[in-house]
Amino acid sequence: MEASSIIFSDKPVNVSYDGTWYGLLTAVFEAYSKKWNVSGFSIIDKESQSDFFAEKVIVVTDETKSQRVWLGLKKKVPKENCIQLYRCYLSEMPGMEFTIFSCIKFYFSGFDSPHLAYGNSDVLKISQTSKMVYREKHRMEAFVRFQRTADDLYYAGIEPDFNVIPLLSQHFAERYADQNWLIYDIKRKYGIYYDQDKVEEITLNFSNEAGEKTAVKDVFHDSETLYQELWKNYFKNVNIPSRRNIKLHVQHVPKRYWKHLIEKK
Amino acid sequence: MSERLHEKLEILADAAKYDVSCSSSGSKRKNHNKGLGEATGSGICHTYTEDGRCVSLLKILLTNHCIFDCAYCVTRKSNDIKRAAFTVQEVVDLTMNFYRRNYIEGLFLSSGIFKNADYTMERLVSVAKKLRTENKFNGYIHLKTIPGASDELMHEAGLWADRLSVNIEIPTESGLKLLAPDKNIKDMIEPMTYLKKEIIRTKEESKIFKSAPLFAPAGQSTQMIIGASGESDKDIMHTANKFYKGFNLKRVYYSGYVPISNDNRLPELGSAVPVLRENRLYQTDWLMRFYGFHVQELLNDQFPNLDPEIDPKLSWALRNMAFFPVDVNTADLQLILRVPGIGVQSAQKIVGARRFNKLGWDHLKKIGIALNRAKYFITCNSPITDRKDYTEAKIRQFILNESRSKFLTNGGQQYNLFG
Repeated sequence: MEASSIIFSDKPVNVSYDGTWYGLLTAVFEAYSKKWNVSGFSIIDKESQSDFFAEKVIVVTDETKSQRVWLGLKKKVPKENCIQLYRCYLSEMPGMEFTIFSCIKFYFSGFDSPHLAYGNSDVLKISQTSKMVYREKHRMEAFVRFQRTADDLYYAGIEPDFNVIPLLSQHFAERYADQNWLIYDIKRKYGIYYDQDKVEEITLNFSNEAGEKTAVKDVFHDSETLYQELWKNYFKNVNIPSRRNIKLHVQHVPKRYWKHLIEKK
Repeated sequence: MSERLHEKLEILADAAKYDVSCSSSGSKRKNHNKGLGEATGSGICHTYTEDGRCVSLLKILLTNHCIFDCAYCVTRKSNDIKRAAFTVQEVVDLTMNFYRRNYIEGLFLSSGIFKNADYTMERLVSVAKKLRTENKFNGYIHLKTIPGASDELMHEAGLWADRLSVNIEIPTESGLKLLAPDKNIKDMIEPMTYLKKEIIRTKEESKIFKSAPLFAPAGQSTQMIIGASGESDKDIMHTANKFYKGFNLKRVYYSGYVPISNDNRLPELGSAVPVLRENRLYQTDWLMRFYGFHVQELLNDQFPNLDPEIDPKLSWALRNMAFFPVDVNTADLQLILRVPGIGVQSAQKIVGARRFNKLGWDHLKKIGIALNRAKYFITCNSPITDRKDYTEAKIRQFILNESRSKFLTNGGQQYNLFG
């Protein structure tokens, strides 16, 4: 049913939105302003464990409504705490929308500096999850390994734990301002491309499973192998064998990232 | 061609690795000319070696030819090793190409001293200059300043580099005389003094003229080798304190001596690297810089060495039981920071959260403090389940029984060094 219908406030509601951040903020707006008894959130057209007893309500993304929530938040808590909510959304963890919703409700509940209430389980959860997503973003800033192609594109494939691509554009655009680059999330099948002017979100159409390999790896720049070999060699030679500490090494560079790291391949 | 480059990189990376500084933070260089790179953030560790150390900079020597004969150094003149030297262009190309592939945050360039101090310093400066001007490189550059180099060269180094450092290496003057007869403390202190003045002066200038050029925006650092000259922890940390206070150093690094020679003035080949001691020194350094401890409280004539079994904060707490218990719901931040098991972030969270409700064990646990240590030193809003007036020795024993140090479980080899 549509969001405009009247719902009795005590009936549990499962709020269905389009999966975007603005969609979620719109959903929060509707649920909050209409005082729904929210039992959970789901993404339209995506199979989810629907609550049998809850009524499913589809919310249509509305930029004005989402902006009202966002601007309202900015008046209640520092910008960093607003961004924390966005990072939590990017975690894609099951049930995270509900925590975001509860936390926003708490932020609007009238307390002074509500973001410091670490005794509140939602506030704490948001702070902790945001930290995990931030760490993953930071890892990608560290672990992206560009490979130079013959037509001077610096390409990197990544498979981050969370959907951190939207958090990466600014860092890489500022840093690699004088080269074309592409960072592609192989798992989520989209990436960001920079043409020395602006960053764009793109998806690649590979004709087959091995597409990624044939599309990029056969077209290296002449110097690419040399610098990869030099890097590997450097990595080997800065190690101090008498201080060997593999446990610490793996803690900092977890094995799941190795396949995209030149020095660990 | 590429084989020779590989060989140079092997030799000159290998010789540079004993310098532990890896920091690429603290600068504020923007990519202002749409060139390559920036150094504005907190720095990124791009990978870690198998010894668990971070790799953030391309850390190499320009050459390992050296006219000095410092006993603790692999590059010393009397050591029979392969020598090599990069050309300025080779270092520039390596830096640019590694940076473009997101391998590194920038360059850390050091050098053996060939001919004389100025000649060497001039070459280091020319690499940095070429990167900044011809290649529009805005990534991080850390240059070693060569003891005895002229003020003019030091000044130019400061214009191109983000950080400059002179390694003091040996924390006592007597140790230095013994192990590095060619060096003297004056030659090392002079450039530090010059840089300190210049950094302060240019900072003042930039307050008036927004366009004033950057001068070593990430400041100065130094390094001391640990366990090469029989020095005490007190010697090391009091020297470090002097550097922090007297020269505004951003960082002092502690590098456990890795045996590299049969010289009888030094620990023999094959003896273990004192990594536990190094760890305790870094903990002490942190307590001085972020927790409001004075070095004298942690190391003094009565306690000249750190306790290898427990961390220096716990060690201090056990010696000063009169400070405790601290009530986390009312005490000042400065006091909470002194509780073993509570870090800076947790302390700040406690101070923020307690305005909403009184905190109990559950809250504290969720906030992330190490209750196994903290519980002996705090009171909170939960009933005290098990509070006796434990003696210092008893608490120490309880904590030790509960937590085995990661260093002590490694076969106890480390422990014996200090036993």
